[in-house]
Amino acid sequence: MTHTGLEFAGFESADTVSARLASVGYISTASISTAVYLAHHLRKPILIEGPAGVGKTDLARSLAQSMEFPLLRMQCYEGLDESKALYEWKYGKQLLYTQILKEKIHHLIGDADGLDESFKKLAGFQDLFFSREFLEPRPLLKAMEQAGGSVLLIDEIDKSDEEFEALLLEVLSDYQVTVPEIGTIEAIVPPLVILTSNNTRELGDALKRRCLHLHIDFPNADLEARIVRSRVPDISERLLAQLVAFIQLVRDENIRKLPSISETIDWAKTLLLLHADSLDPVMVRNTLNVILKRQTDIAEVNSQVDQLVRKVLTEQAESA
Amino acid sequence: MERTLTNYIRALRTAGAGVSTTEAIDAARALELVGYQDRGLLKMSLAAVLAKSQEEEVLHDRLFDLYFSYAETKPPRQTQSEGEDQEDSDSASDGSESDSEGQESNGQPSNGQKQPGSGQRGGSGQDKTGEAGEDAPLDLLELAQSGDATRMAMAMAQAGARADVDQIRFATQVPYFVRRMLEELGAEKLDKQLMAALDERTEEGTARAEALIEARSTLMRNARAYVEARFEVFGRSASEAFMNEVMMDRSLGALTKSDMERMKPIIAKMAKKLAAKHARRRKVRNRGQLDLRRTLRANAGNDGVPFDVIWKTKRKDKPKIVTICDVSGSVARYVRFLLLVLYALREKVTDLETFCFSSHLVDVNHDLESLPFDAAMDKILREVGNGSTDYGRAFTDLSRQYDSTIDKRTTVLILGDGRNNNGDPAMGIFQDIAAKAKRVIWLCPEHPASWGSGDSALLQYKPFCSSLTHCSTVADLEHALDDVLLAYG
Repeated sequence: MTHTGLEFAGFESADTVSARLASVGYISTASISTAVYLAHHLRKPILIEGPAGVGKTDLARSLAQSMEFPLLRMQCYEGLDESKALYEWKYGKQLLYTQILKEKIHHLIGDADGLDESFKKLAGFQDLFFSREFLEPRPLLKAMEQAGGSVLLIDEIDKSDEEFEALLLEVLSDYQVTVPEIGTIEAIVPPLVILTSNNTRELGDALKRRCLHLHIDFPNADLEARIVRSRVPDISERLLAQLVAFIQLVRDENIRKLPSISETIDWAKTLLLLHADSLDPVMVRNTLNVILKRQTDIAEVNSQVDQLVRKVLTEQAESA
Repeated sequence: MERTLTNYIRALRTAGAGVSTTEAIDAARALELVGYQDRGLLKMSLAAVLAKSQEEEVLHDRLFDLYFSYAETKPPRQTQSEGEDQEDSDSASDGSESDSEGQESNGQPSNGQKQPGSGQRGGSGQDKTGEAGEDAPLDLLELAQSGDATRMAMAMAQAGARADVDQIRFATQVPYFVRRMLEELGAEKLDKQLMAALDERTEEGTARAEALIEARSTLMRNARAYVEARFEVFGRSASEAFMNEVMMDRSLGALTKSDMERMKPIIAKMAKKLAAKHARRRKVRNRGQLDLRRTLRANAGNDGVPFDVIWKTKRKDKPKIVTICDVSGSVARYVRFLLLVLYALREKVTDLETFCFSSHLVDVNHDLESLPFDAAMDKILREVGNGSTDYGRAFTDLSRQYDSTIDKRTTVLILGDGRNNNGDPAMGIFQDIAAKAKRVIWLCPEHPASWGSGDSALLQYKPFCSSLTHCSTVADLEHALDDVLLAYG
């Protein structure tokens, strides 16, 4: 499916989601597609949990791309508050305008008698500084303002404070933002909201209840091979099968930080660069730091590289 | 259709998944969207809507297959209409009942559970009372002999709904519900007929009696199968939750091997609960103290006018726990659980050092971190466990060799019975450790009544401990660790 100005009309079925995502190079599973399909029709956010690097963030990016919607990304961190997430007043502009108006103010109240009357005259202007003109929209408000629809990615929500979760509730269930000075701003088109979490802390029930839940785990060998193939198309089938089998074995080892899909892809690219056409223990040893990120893990796997590579190669020979 | 779903949600709730009304509504909307046609799609859709964590997803996976298994045994419509014809000939009122069933089978498999509707109730009422009174047992006989699985399943489901089989909680209730179901089916009349046939004392009568006995046991078998299936859906998780509750209060010393395995998920769950409870922010705002430097910096763009006021923050201590475990004889069992919990809390307590001793102190951090838990435990018990207990020596070793591990944010957690084999308790050194640490918490598996008796030096140590508690069940452990973490809140 190519996008030749074709308007995005909605997902008719879970299969359409898969096809759309495949067209932008994201290999989806049935449960991912089902969750997206439901989120689209039930107008609910999706909360994606799973280990780092399995394509949680990428799903949002690919969805935005496949639907041709803008992607608004909100990276969460400790101390994130509404002025960074919802909106902020443009202080500088407000200040500047006050300075300018200072000089004009005499014209406005010049002929007014006494304080009372001056006040009445000014009353008509009091909302001037707190109007949309001076409102700086942050990602959440921006998503509400997209007329053509959008994908809103709230990344690593588990990193934010509990207070921020509460702040999100209005946005997630009613698709609106309340600015006390102005009123409630409703979404023109409700955005497709995707929240991701690495589960560093338990999220609140209120938040979970408002979302569809999707758990993305490490893919099986078959799916992983398809994903790597779509991202590193130049790789030979032989090497691809070997490196995926190797990674799958490494995930069973007793290590702290398991290699995820992004590491598999990086490793595939690395091996391609090194003109490898088959795994061999020396090359694996030299490139272990691409897939493993902890010194202790590298040491652990390093001692077993020979054995693992042999296992991968014999298994491949047997199946061939 | 709605009923199938609401019953399924009820099953999920019994199993311990918190399904709110909003989620139930979402599930109904999702169901409307995807329909019953594609079982896999339905399962994934309901998972997305109803299961809000990985554990709940596992629960859903298991229950969905159990609950909707009825749907698959439902034969195609053809057999259905056959049954309809037969029943039509039986009585006119039954016809309407079969009609409604026929409609339901149109692409929407029933779980057999949803139709204690008016049709059945009316039908059964007539079976029992009206002119059909004599027919009912005959129906049962015919039903049992026909071998028509669909009609049998239908009858079972209806009787099951009337007998409230879904209320089942414990496996021991199965016979009771089987009996209730047979009552609802009208087996009493079958029994009467049986007695009558036997009373006849003719060959024909005996043959009839045999057929009736056979029919009765067929019904019984089916009813039992039905009740057992419903127990899997509604009862098992409830009784498991009950068992787990019981386990929480069982003395750890009295656990059997199989109990240990059951304990692991309980402990993992408890650790998760503890971690979640203490996962609050480590930073606390000190309203009232202005951070001048950061305020000026943040407002530089506003011409130095302080729109954004930044307050000073104070970081709270991260928990740091030094555990000292007596791994000799009777205490070893408790150590296993304490360490299991502590290591399940790794996410929360990153700063954790573990020492074990019987005669002298050994640093076991490496073993616990590099080996799988059970293997590490076995190794520790093998290497450290066989010596005569010497608390004095252990504390001396700690202060000599690992002095730097204890500072003012450290909680020293000691697990032991304080039975020192009449050795030197090294009170002076223990006192120093207690003075240096944030808190010293002593967990003793022995009952308070025996503290200080015989060779126990526990009461000598007691004045220097921040707390000394009896700790023999998982619930005790939970309280103790909650207390430890609370000090860092």
